[in-house]
Amino acid sequence: MTTATKELKTKEITISMGPQHPATHGVLRLVLDLDGESVVKCTPYVGYLHRGVEKLAENRTYLSALPLTDRLDYISSMSNNVGYCVAVERLFGIEPPERAKYIRTIMCEMTRISSHIIGISTHALDIGAMTLFLYSFRDRERLIDLFEMTCGARLTVSYPRIGGVRNDVSQEFLDKLYEFTEEFPKIIEDQYETLIDQNRIWLQRTKGIGVISAEEAINWGLTGPTLRGSGVPYDIRKYAPYDAYDKVEFDVPVGRNGDVYDRYKCRMEELKQSNRIIKQCIEQMPKGPVMAPDAPKFTLPPKDRVLTDMESLIHQFVLITKGPIAAPEGEVYAATEVPKGELGFYIVSDGSGRPYRMRLRAPSFVHVSVLPRLCRDAILADVIANIGTIDIVLGECDR
Amino acid sequence: MEPKEIAELIKDRYPAEVKDITEFRGQVSVVVKKDRIKEIMKYLHSTPELYFDLLEDLCGVDYLGKKEARFEVVYHLYSMRHRHMIRIKAEVPEDDCAIDSVVDIWVGADWHERECYDMYGIEFKGHPDPRRILMPEDWEGHPLRKDYPLKADLGEMEWKGYREVIEVAQKNKAYEVDR
Repeated sequence: MTTATKELKTKEITISMGPQHPATHGVLRLVLDLDGESVVKCTPYVGYLHRGVEKLAENRTYLSALPLTDRLDYISSMSNNVGYCVAVERLFGIEPPERAKYIRTIMCEMTRISSHIIGISTHALDIGAMTLFLYSFRDRERLIDLFEMTCGARLTVSYPRIGGVRNDVSQEFLDKLYEFTEEFPKIIEDQYETLIDQNRIWLQRTKGIGVISAEEAINWGLTGPTLRGSGVPYDIRKYAPYDAYDKVEFDVPVGRNGDVYDRYKCRMEELKQSNRIIKQCIEQMPKGPVMAPDAPKFTLPPKDRVLTDMESLIHQFVLITKGPIAAPEGEVYAATEVPKGELGFYIVSDGSGRPYRMRLRAPSFVHVSVLPRLCRDAILADVIANIGTIDIVLGECDR
Repeated sequence: MEPKEIAELIKDRYPAEVKDITEFRGQVSVVVKKDRIKEIMKYLHSTPELYFDLLEDLCGVDYLGKKEARFEVVYHLYSMRHRHMIRIKAEVPEDDCAIDSVVDIWVGADWHERECYDMYGIEFKGHPDPRRILMPEDWEGHPLRKDYPLKADLGEMEWKGYREVIEVAQKNKAYEVDR
């Protein structure tokens, strides 16, 4: 056989990946200019799921804008609700009672676990490890069942309320959840980590891929585990605690190299930390009401009260028709740490019962914008690894 | 540093630019003129005792009929090192609907500015890729403006993609069988 001495002539080709593609985690379209197998240029196109949540919210009352936030990051709706409630509470200047804070913290961490295990396992599925996907959905199912037990919905929960949560959790829920937290660390160790942590194929596909330095990651505006993989310990739960995060102990895992593997490792460690937080919350859970005392002005009264009590009926009528009356004039920005990163709500109030402007700072939106940077000098197969590592949900990106 | 102090620092440095400083629920907003916004942002980003390295958010707000300048571009800045934040609001009047881009300072501003253009029609001078982002490329109007209808029958003015869908739906009605 003779070796080819002549230089091979190659031509750049442009391919469109998505919007319907199993590895893009939703309707993301990437236009890739390829030279052979290496990526010359990557241009993301978003907006296929744009529903105008910000415009819709301007025409709804503070209460009825809550269900819109479920549909942003639809696999972690509980944390979105909490983010919105924290923002509106800050605007109104009300404080939820202790028990509600603990319940919210539990719910947020349950969401974090379920979101991270989807994130990790679909990522693994994309780059060729299928078993983890099957295991993790089994465990996610248990959490989703617990959500259903508390509020009747599995995905679009709308459970937290402005000034607290809708209803108290039952003892059965707490017992079952505690049982889960007892078993979960062993599941992570025996079933998740053994499958991919030292897996040679996994390591080769993730180590040294999509590297981004700490300064650059901050400059791009990355947050959450995507930023922490580069070694920046920025976590809003620690930096500006809300709900009960200042009363529980947990560590913020950080990576070192800022590559796909480190980001994966951060998520995996966060699973254990979330588990720890839930356990502490259940142990410390105080007794008491789950709604702020001045909440009738903000939140619907319970249905049985409405049917028997005049005051509650009036409150319900006013809330439905007018919305919470006289929101103070001003503007607040409230950031919460959702599984994907920093979810910010910037609410401008003009003194009426509807938000004058509600801006959503969605982590996925920022994370998609960094894709061209991560895919620089990558090969086509690494593009898939990079999409998985930034952990995006397009419902949140497009809003 | 306390947000109030930061606001005073900006005011000392750029007395002619700062129009107003407001505080609500412990969050301080500094209202500035738009002309030297890039300079102010560079100052905030590179001064060691301020060091705002994270652009948390950039968005537009439409104050139609409520304020003198119709639009405002709102920047939320955060410093990882000092753990303080500040909100800068740049006034953008309707007749001169453009402002300097800050992509040179924070790369992450890229998509936020594109979205702001898409939703409000505010032009960002010096932006490397000024295209629409969430709406289709041939979309007319800027949806988050207050005078943009939430829902309206535009007739012939309706976006042609939507008209096509309606036409197909009407055509399909002919095939429906009464039961």
